[in-house]
Formats: sequence, C-alpha cells, structure tokens
Amino acid sequence: MQAFDYHPVTSVSEAVALLAQGASGACLLNGGTDLLAQLKEGRRTANHVVDLKRIPELAEFRLPPEGGAWVGAAVTCRTLSRQAGWRNRFPGLHDATHLIGGVQIQGRATVAGNLCNASPAADSVPALVVHGARVHLAGPAGRRIVPVAGFCIAPGRTILARDEMVVAIEIPPLPAEFGAAYLRFTPRNEMDIAVAGAAVAVDLDGEGSHYRSVRVALGAVGPTVIEVERITARLAGRPVAEVSFDEIAALARAAARPITDMRGTSAQRQHLAGVLTVRALRLAISRARRTQAASPTGDYL
Amino acid sequence: MPSLSASPDGSVAPALRVVGTRPVRPDGIDKVTGRALYGADITLPGLLTGRVLRSPLAHARIVRVDTSAARALPGLKAVVTAADLPPAPDRIEDLGEGAIDLRYLSDNLLAREKVLYHGHAIAAVAASTPEIAEQALALIRVEFEPLPPVMTASAAMKPDAPLLHAGLKTDRMGQRDAAPSNVASQLRHERGNLDDGFRRAAVVIDRRFRTETVHQGYIEPQASTAHVQADGQITIWTSTQGTFAVRSQVAEVLGLPVSRIKVVPTEIGGGFGGKISVYLEPLAVLLSRHAGFVPVRLVMSRTEVLTSTGPTSGSDLRIRIGADTSGKLVAMQAELYYEAGAYPGSPVGAAAVVSFAPYVCEAMRVDGYDVVVNRPRASAYRAPGGTNVAFAVESVIDELAESLDLDPIEMRLINAVREGDRRPDNLPLARIGYVECLQALRQSEHYRTPLTGRHRGRGVACGYWGNWGGQSSATAILNPDGSVSFNVASTDIGGSRASLAMQLAESLGIDYAQVKPRIGDTDSVSYNDVTGGSRTTFATGWAAYDLGQKLAAEMTARLAQRWEVAPESILRAGGGFASGDRRVDFAEASKLVCEDAPLMVSTTVHPKGYGAAFSVQCADVEVDPDTGKVTVLRYTIVQDAGKAVHPSYVEGQMQGGVAQGIGWALNEEYVYNEKGELLNGSLLDYRMPTACDLPMIDTIIVEVPNPGHPYGVRGVGEVNIIPPAGTLANAIHRATGVRLTALPMSPPRVLAALWEKSGYRP
Repeated sequence: MQAFDYHPVTSVSEAVALLAQGASGACLLNGGTDLLAQLKEGRRTANHVVDLKRIPELAEFRLPPEGGAWVGAAVTCRTLSRQAGWRNRFPGLHDATHLIGGVQIQGRATVAGNLCNASPAADSVPALVVHGARVHLAGPAGRRIVPVAGFCIAPGRTILARDEMVVAIEIPPLPAEFGAAYLRFTPRNEMDIAVAGAAVAVDLDGEGSHYRSVRVALGAVGPTVIEVERITARLAGRPVAEVSFDEIAALARAAARPITDMRGTSAQRQHLAGVLTVRALRLAISRARRTQAASPTGDYL
Repeated sequence: MPSLSASPDGSVAPALRVVGTRPVRPDGIDKVTGRALYGADITLPGLLTGRVLRSPLAHARIVRVDTSAARALPGLKAVVTAADLPPAPDRIEDLGEGAIDLRYLSDNLLAREKVLYHGHAIAAVAASTPEIAEQALALIRVEFEPLPPVMTASAAMKPDAPLLHAGLKTDRMGQRDAAPSNVASQLRHERGNLDDGFRRAAVVIDRRFRTETVHQGYIEPQASTAHVQADGQITIWTSTQGTFAVRSQVAEVLGLPVSRIKVVPTEIGGGFGGKISVYLEPLAVLLSRHAGFVPVRLVMSRTEVLTSTGPTSGSDLRIRIGADTSGKLVAMQAELYYEAGAYPGSPVGAAAVVSFAPYVCEAMRVDGYDVVVNRPRASAYRAPGGTNVAFAVESVIDELAESLDLDPIEMRLINAVREGDRRPDNLPLARIGYVECLQALRQSEHYRTPLTGRHRGRGVACGYWGNWGGQSSATAILNPDGSVSFNVASTDIGGSRASLAMQLAESLGIDYAQVKPRIGDTDSVSYNDVTGGSRTTFATGWAAYDLGQKLAAEMTARLAQRWEVAPESILRAGGGFASGDRRVDFAEASKLVCEDAPLMVSTTVHPKGYGAAFSVQCADVEVDPDTGKVTVLRYTIVQDAGKAVHPSYVEGQMQGGVAQGIGWALNEEYVYNEKGELLNGSLLDYRMPTACDLPMIDTIIVEVPNPGHPYGVRGVGEVNIIPPAGTLANAIHRATGVRLTALPMSPPRVLAALWEKSGYRP
C-alpha cells in the first residue's frame, strides 16, 4: 500500500470539496471493508482518503412515525441489526445486513458502502431494490435523490459523478401486509461471496391469500442487480395459490444473465436464480402472514 | 522395578504413568495469549524489508530483466536475480518427505531462462521500508516471450504439447527415453497375472477420475529472516518443518559450507508438508549480503503463498478392479497421472503404494506417471499423493460392494491385509491394526444407528499410510533440582514437545512437569530429519526413550560409586533409586549426582520399525437437490495409533486431517483461466472450510502396539487425510444415486451430475 493524505472531515461540503479538488486520486472511506483491502492488494490507488465517519449527518438513523427509515451513509450494519424494529419492519434488509461479514466486519461495514462498491454480488442491493429504497446524493451543485434500482451501472461503477457522494438511503413507508426476504447461495456457510442471491418483497391482501404487489431482484446473475418485472406483472392481484412456484422459478431463470467465473458456473447461477427466488418468496409470504420467525439465519445479538 | 500388567494381546507390558495421559502442552499458554514468536515476528536492529517480483505469466521465455531503474531508487538496498545465484548443482537431495533435484530447486527460487508458472519468482529486493520495496518491484522491467501454457497432465502428455523443459526425458524405471517429454518418470508395481485375474472376476468396475490442485492451507505464510555477518557467518530465522533441511538446501543452492549457516526455528503456524522446501531463505541470505551485511526479512502475502509455494498435485486416474461373487478381489489395476507442477517430483511414488495397500489381491498392476505442467512446483501435503488415489480406489470398491450387495465394511474385511501381507510394491506389512479398525467402526454407535431422512446417505472408506522413521537427535541435561532440560531439533507442528517430553518422563519414571523441552537450532543439537512423514513422536520419541535410559544408567553408575555398591544392586522405582536400605527419590538423586559433576547425555537414533497407519472413516451427508450443496451431518474416524501418547493430540491430528480432507473433497481447487493465471489466489475464493462448515468429528482410537517402538507408538499425523474424499463420494452416492468422479464435489459439479441423471436441462 502506498502513502496517502488522510482527511477526517466533519461536513458533507468539506468532503465534496475534497473530492472536487482531488480528482481521481481521492477516495471516500466509510467502513473501509472494501477500500482498505483494495488499497492493500494494489487493486486501487489513492492520493487522498476522505474519512466520512465523523460527519454527524451521515451517522443519523431514524424510523419516522409515518413508516420507512432513514439510514445515514455511515450507519453500520451492526448498528442496524441492533436497532429495535429494524429486523421486524425490514426483514429482507435485515437478512442482508446480517449476512454481510462476521460481527467485526458488520461493526464497520455500511449499506451505503456496499451499494457504492457496486459489486454484482453485493448482498444489500437486491434487498434495497425490492424495498423501493432511494439514495440521497450530495455534490457541488447541491443534492439529488435517485432510486437504488439503476444506481449501479456496471461492476464497480455507479451513476455517482466524480465529486458526488451518498448522504443517506431512504426506505419508504411499507404497507401493513408486507413481507420480504433475501437469500443467497454460498458453498461455504460463512466467509463467502454470493454465487447468486434473490430478494423478494410481497404485499398481500388482508387475508394473506392474494398478492397485491410483488418485487423480485436478483444478485450475482448479471453485471448489476436484475429486477424480474415479469414476476411482478404475473403475480399482481393474483391468488397466491394460483401461480405455481415452478412457473415463478422459470421466470426468474429467464431473467438471469449470469457468467461463469471462479465462484460458480453460468448454468448453476441460472438455476439458483429460480431456486432462491422461490425460497425467498415463500419466506416473504410467511413473513407477511406473520407465521414464521423473521430471520432464517439466527441471531447473534 | 516398574509394575507389570498384561496387555490385551496377552503379552506383558509395563504399566505407563505418563504416556496415555493428557497434560497441557508446554507451548500452549504462549500460543493462546499471543506471545509465541512466529516467523514474521522476528525483528533485529536495522532490519530491512524484502519483497519478491513474481511472474504474471504461466509460461514464457525471459528475454531480459532490467533492474537499473529499481537500483536507482533512494532507500533501496539490494536487488537480486537468478544471475546472483551460483550455477545450479545437478544433484538430488533427500528431504525426507520427497527427494529434490537441486537444479530445479535453484531454478524455482529465481527463474533463470523461463518462467514456468504464474507466480514464479524472478527477482527480490530489500529496502528500508515496505513502500520502497514495493515501488522498486514496479520499476523492474522484465521482457518476456510468451509461450503456450500446459495446465493438465492430459494436455502435457499430448504428442504436440509444448515442452516445459527441453532436456527432460522420461525415466522409465532407470531407462531414459531418447526424445524429450513432459513426463518426467514412469514407475510400475506388478505381481500375478492381471488378465487371468480379470477373467476370473464376476464383476469388473473400470472408472476414470480427476482431482484438482489443492493447497495445504497452513495459516502462517512463509516468513524468513537472514543475517549475513561480515565474517561470513549466516543466521537464518525461519518458520520450517526442518532446520537441517533448510541448512542443507541453502548451503547447496548458494554453494556454501553448512558450517557457515545456523538455522534458528521459530514457532510454526502449520506446515502439513509445505514448509520443507525453501522459498525465501536463500533470497534473504543473498539480499542480506548484497545490502551490506544487514538483516533482511521476507514475509509472503497470502496470495504469494497460494500462487508460489508448493500445493499438492492434481491428477488423472484410472482404476479397474474385479471381484468374484463372494466379494474377493481378483484383479486390481491403476494408472496414476500426477501433476508435478513446474518441476518433476509429484508424490506419485507414494500414491502407487497407497493405492491398493489395504487389499489382499494376487494380481495387481500400478502404473504411475510424474508429469510437469505450468503450475507451482508440488510439495508434500499430509500423506502426499494418498488422498487422490484413495478417492478413486475407495469409490470403485464401494461400487463393487454395492453391486455384490455387500456391506462396505464387510467388503473391506473380506479383503483386508494383515501382518505379513504385501503392499503393491511387494514389501511385507508388519503388525498392523487395520482389521481391528474395521471391527471398531462396525461396532460403533454411529455405524449401528440407522440413517434416516431424504437426500441423506452414509459412506465408508479406508486409508493406508506407510509412515517414516528417519534420524533424530536429542540431549538431556540433568538439573540439581530433579528437572531435566530436554533439547530436541524436531520442530513442533503438532504438539510434539508434549508427546516427546512425556516419553522422556516415562522413560525416567518422573513427572511430565519435570521435563523442560526446548527446540534447538542447528548449532545446538545434532542432525535431525524434518518433522514430516508422521515420524516425530515415533522416532524422536525413540530418542527421548533412549535418553531416559542413558540418563538413568549414568545416575545409577554414579550413585553406585558414591554408595560403594555394584550398579546392578540398585533398583529403580517411581523414578527413585534404592540399594539395600538406601533410597533416594529422583530429585535427591539429581542433587547428589550433580554434586559430583554436571550430567548431560545425548543420543542419535535411526529407528526402522515405524509401523504403518490405517484409518477407517464413516460419514453421513445430506445433499440439497436444488443447490447441490453437501452438508456433512456426522463423521466418525477410527485410527490405529499403536499407542496414543497424548490422546487429545492424537484426536486433534485425526480431526485436523479429516477437516482438510473434507475441504479437498467438497470445495477446494485451484481455478485457472486459459492463460494459466490463478484466479482464486485468496482465502476468500480458495474455499477451505471454516468452523461453520464442519460437524463435530468423532474419534475412536484403536491401539494395536507397534512392535518397533518401546511404547508401541505409530505415527498418526497423516493417514486421516486419505479417506475423506472417498468417504464423502460414497455417502453422496448413497444420498443421491450419482457417483461423482471428480474432485472437488462442489455444488455446481453435484448439480450437473444430478441434472445428467434426471435429464433436466437448465
């Protein structure tokens, strides 16, 4: 790792100004779980490292009374897991933030960082997409808000301008009969990267017998997260019992555009897109009906 | 005299007071509190940081190496390339766990004319800071002429395959071929008439198998520090399995007398055979001298460990076995193609012996081929070569048992070798405990409990390993307070300080706490072979026993003189000495003896009666039919330890070997692209199991004493890695109906096999 200047800034405007001055040689440091490894392994270089953790605005976490959540960019996964209400209100997001790394990594890692790293296999991004999350950005020209879906444009690339940064992720209020789940497949039970992942969110009618709406997002089966709109269209308003899981799995497989690499084969990933979608859908439905424990992964709190 | 009791086989053996107990290891507290000093912890005044430039290409001619820009960098103290190595000696050195041609060893340290794998070292630098050393590497210009890589044994053996070594000609049992080839050697073991045997068979199973390159995965990367002093004396601190092996390799490749080199062992964070060959030590010595006689430390990154140190061979295997209707094996044939990596020296020789060793069969032929490919040079890995071939053989035996409707343990009992039976190389086996292990598994709670549930299956496999004796030296110093300082040169990779001190305590009749073991450097203890081949607790244990006998004899002689009695009149009991009504305990005797003169005894042993080891294993698995993921639900190991000196550490060896074997079987593999670049050179993507992936591994220790050791000890370190892949393959077959014939049996491979069976098209 080569030497760099370290800037522990305390405001968003300071950070944006440094980004604008530093051009391509400036990197933002949040939890550092990706950045430090990249710098040490020479996969990335930096002349300036701008540490965001001291910016009060970025540490904010709110659960507004009208529903939804405000997650400042520097809020760690561990902080989220420990918030009363996070797991029950946002079970799909909790699945993801709970899966990322071990307890020590979760104590540093942030959802905003996971999003900005733009890995096709990022665990939190499919879950953010199905929750309809929005990203609040800051740049020299002011602030703007964009949906999470579409934020990543290629592996390692986002729509962020060079002098822009994420301030917070906002999750909109959710309906009452909402359930969600995120599942991934890894050969090892821990310390592994998703070979494929699927997040599903459902809104059921009052009886829990019909889909009002469904969103499905697949991870690690394309250069960016893939939202399966054909499942959304097929299931909206239909009775849960009407559409077979086999048909839903086939729609998920058809949407996947995986590659073969060291972590898995294309055929395996395509198949897993269907398997994980159905498993996550069943879990989301049971959560919407409040019939099953919120997390399949256990809890280490 | 020590009391006597009858052992289970009817012979009379002394009751043991220390051997067989479970005391705390001498190095334990330092290790769990982080105080133990490992290779990278060595620090010295003025220490420089070294770094190594490695090849990005798998196969290329080196046209030119230009180090001038690097040399001009301020803060850079030394740069070395192959030009700084003396001409390579063309000689073979036996390292215990495999012989090595010094020419190849030298060429592997720093590439001369060609780079032969991604990660092959080309140059090394030393600088005042790591940052400067890294900058210097970036300034070294290497001009390559790329050559097509040869990545597998089958590709390397094609008639038009590019040659790695222009001068390499196949050695066929002493006869050299005329034309060069990537096949370094071929060996054959044969007995009986194979064709007649197969003609008598009621069932013949003939299968081909493939296994991938895997790494030992020791958690401590290679780390070496060298200091060449102005008078030419050299000290090397290094994490190694054998200080004398390091000394001789460094002496040979640098053309130095061994007397100028002292090797000091650090604590070692795992080796498993991978820390015998040198990688960094000669470079650190060269850099220290070129930098002006200042110490230089080299520590590998994890990626360097994976790309550039010896993993073990991938292999292509063909196994053909015939049995008659009773299940008796009538013909066994194996063709073994082992990938040696960039230089000859795969463990195919050991594999050829392991292959059919557990089975009695009159008609047998084993052909082994040592094939060079553009991968890192293979080095020993726990029972080198055994896991590959046993995966294949145990799968075929299981298939035979199934087709004959025989229980897998019964199938093995019908054909089990016993004392006097011959291995595939026709050497006879001494007293072994294989049948006892099979019987113990059959009677175990695990095997007697039926497995229920969908997608679940139980597998059984066995393994043989020959073990090794080798040479060991040790000294014991008697202290006047009755303690004994115990110097050994066997580096401790598996709790051997405890197991050796226990044997010395047993031999002297004193308590374990009275023995203070210490691992000495090459100037303080006489020659000692590497810790490897499961030999240390056996052979250095022999030395410990012998030291105890010598020390007691000398104490007896001195007391006899003092008491003016005949030495024969002195009796020993509970560590003490008695003659007539005179009686002293060991501490009192020590005080008296040390008043006369200091007492130190030394010994060197070369015991030949190392007994063979057998392990029999049973696993229950569940296979997720939707994802292909295999979960190991339950695992039991039965092993003949001869005599378990420290049962907890024997159990640890059993569980450790199986943990590595499960990783090898299910997920570990080197993944290369078509250019021969290693894609998964990190512990994130080289998927060794973590604690979350393994069940509790149950152990059953069988003790059939080895007649070649005073306490009946057999080596226990290696054999347990041999059966797991076969055990799991057989369990997966019984869970799913499909036979996996390639390792690793990873989720995509299991899925593909399930799809092929069901006709599903993804």
